[in-house]
Amino acid sequence: MSSTWIDRNIKWIFSLPAVIFILVMVAFPIAYTVRISLYEWSMSASTPPKWVGLGNYAGLLTGDRFWASVGRTFFHTGVSIVIETILGILIAVLVSRKFKGQKTTKTLLMLPMVATPVSISLVWLLIYEPSIGLANQILKALSLKPLPWLGSVDLVLPSLILVDVWQWTPMIVLIVVAGLTTLPTDPYESASVDGATAAQKFFHITLPLLMPTILTAVILRLIDLLKTFDTIYATTQGGPNYASETLNIMVFNEAFTYFKFGSASALMMLFFLLIMVVIIALIALKKRLGGLH
Amino acid sequence: MKLAKKSLIACAAAALLLTSACGGGGSGQAENKGGAEPAKAKPFEGKKITVFVQNHPWTDTIKAALPEFEAATGMKVDIQGFSDTQLQQKLAVQLTSRSESPDVFMFRPYMDRIQYAKNGWLSPLDDNVKKNPNYEFGDFLKSAVDENTADGKLLGIPIFADQFVLYYRKDLLEKHGMAVPKTLDELKEAAKKLHDPANEMYGFVARGERNSLVVGVSSYLFAQGGDFLKGDLSSGATATVNTPEAISGFQIYADLLRNYAPQGVLNMAWPQAAGIFAQGKAAFFTETGSVYQNVTDPKKSLVSDKVGFAMFPAGSNGVKPFNVAAWSLGINANTKNKDASWAFIEWATNKENVLKIQRNGVPGLRNSVWDKKEGTETYPQDLAAAIKETMKVGIGHNVPQVISVGEARDAVGTIVVKAVLGEDIKAAADKANAELQAIIDKDKAK
Repeated sequence: MSSTWIDRNIKWIFSLPAVIFILVMVAFPIAYTVRISLYEWSMSASTPPKWVGLGNYAGLLTGDRFWASVGRTFFHTGVSIVIETILGILIAVLVSRKFKGQKTTKTLLMLPMVATPVSISLVWLLIYEPSIGLANQILKALSLKPLPWLGSVDLVLPSLILVDVWQWTPMIVLIVVAGLTTLPTDPYESASVDGATAAQKFFHITLPLLMPTILTAVILRLIDLLKTFDTIYATTQGGPNYASETLNIMVFNEAFTYFKFGSASALMMLFFLLIMVVIIALIALKKRLGGLH
Repeated sequence: MKLAKKSLIACAAAALLLTSACGGGGSGQAENKGGAEPAKAKPFEGKKITVFVQNHPWTDTIKAALPEFEAATGMKVDIQGFSDTQLQQKLAVQLTSRSESPDVFMFRPYMDRIQYAKNGWLSPLDDNVKKNPNYEFGDFLKSAVDENTADGKLLGIPIFADQFVLYYRKDLLEKHGMAVPKTLDELKEAAKKLHDPANEMYGFVARGERNSLVVGVSSYLFAQGGDFLKGDLSSGATATVNTPEAISGFQIYADLLRNYAPQGVLNMAWPQAAGIFAQGKAAFFTETGSVYQNVTDPKKSLVSDKVGFAMFPAGSNGVKPFNVAAWSLGINANTKNKDASWAFIEWATNKENVLKIQRNGVPGLRNSVWDKKEGTETYPQDLAAAIKETMKVGIGHNVPQVISVGEARDAVGTIVVKAVLGEDIKAAADKANAELQAIIDKDKAK
């Protein structure tokens, strides 16, 4: 009797662990964050959470810090992703050709990725140090004016983008190199017969064939870039003034500097929605491109 | 020989840990079990307390002296050190969740007192300090004790102090035949004269990072007759960061940073600024005296023997540097080990330990220690004099006296940052004033 019950419901029983996992690890935290975002709560024992409805959201959407942070988040993400993708593809094509020291080069490319973000930040903090840092020493050696890399409102985001490009371009390289090895050889043979140049082969064969791989790499990088926290926090804490305060840094400040947990939760929900929209759009784009060939 | 001693201590510690684990944490049981030892000799046999502290020279000295205390009392003290910010966050989480641990912790009365008092996170110590006459609580600096008092209750024991002083390069002033600046105008003049960026010598350096600089600018503000706010938070305070006096204080500081500080100053908190000064790249530096070893220790500084100290210069309102009890020790209101916790604090802040700590470069808050030769002989003489004088005349706060200090600091610090960036200081001050007022009004409702 009981065995037939199990037989009938076997598909539910086997998926139950996954369902429980999703409920506990994903659905509950999100629901809880939504709940906190509707209260004003400063972690104080004597003042209980106060219901403010959508007040936290309204406060954020009408304040200037939120929109400035959104702008910075997209600037930092957008510029980094474009540079990393172009550089990544170029380097990938170069290192996938046979040359002496190819293996060593590939290993060296991995190095920035495997170091922890905070230690990388500390190294870059030294490089960017205005008076004794390597970056300004190089500029001086070239008889250029030293720059206040992280200390200037205009330069801080480009400086942080440089760190990200240095650290994460290799990831695009690795994915694209993997993609290159799976490409069929026939199109290149026919192209050679037709007398195509190397550039023509690259733009008309390699790039289109690689597109799905590249888009996968871009989506992975994009999610990480939008979430960037450690390098920015460890180098500038969002400063000078608020010039490098991205959404993630702002969430941290709202929660742990100001103890405004309701507002921080609301900010996280808005951030969550923003990322969802971007990722859904990208996945749709990937589907369309994937359907082309 | 040394090794044997160490392993002996380790064995004793392990034994203590075991007894406390077997005893199930109940103090009565533990006392019964320690039958072989006379109960009075080791009053806290088998107890274990956890202490959260900041990583600091203070902590190093206490840790070194700890085995002696543990041997005498029979208790085990687990000292956990964190960085400044980590400690704040860790404490916020532990205390909000009404955790029994840590039993004892370091906190900053000038930042946290109002909030901690409001939330009932600290256990009042008024009765404890009276129990033992040898402790001589009256010896503590009066203003520091006041700073640790909220609603008539003593909430913490001040452990070390911060006095804002002027650091300068003796050799440079001598070379140019200049006197040590006594007023802010003279400081500006002197910084201008010694400013020589082509040769990597800057006239001035100090904190420029938005949140951090608020402490640094406060003495300038007071010297010009300004303050962050007027009145008491509970009865209704008014933000005053856009008064002409306040603006002139912010302006002087911003001008010094803008005209005579090295590039990148807007990203500097005190460690970075002290670093620039220690590299011999700045003529003047204003900071609390308690970090002086960063620039006088030959291991950390290229100009260790060329640094002079003086009182913070006077402004139009006179000599008004801040003098605050930077850190205190308090007892968690929810701990089950109140007696053991107090025994630890009493020991850590007794006269001998305060003297020992002070000799290691951390200015304490006991008058008797400052009056002794041993209390000041390890300090540069001009620094000891400046600290002692500042303790007499100093202002007892250096950040806006509100609950949401972090948010208030960000608002106020922006004034200086904008001025350094060349924006209109009056507009920046008006905006910051409105923001600070909003924070005050919100805090009042809490």
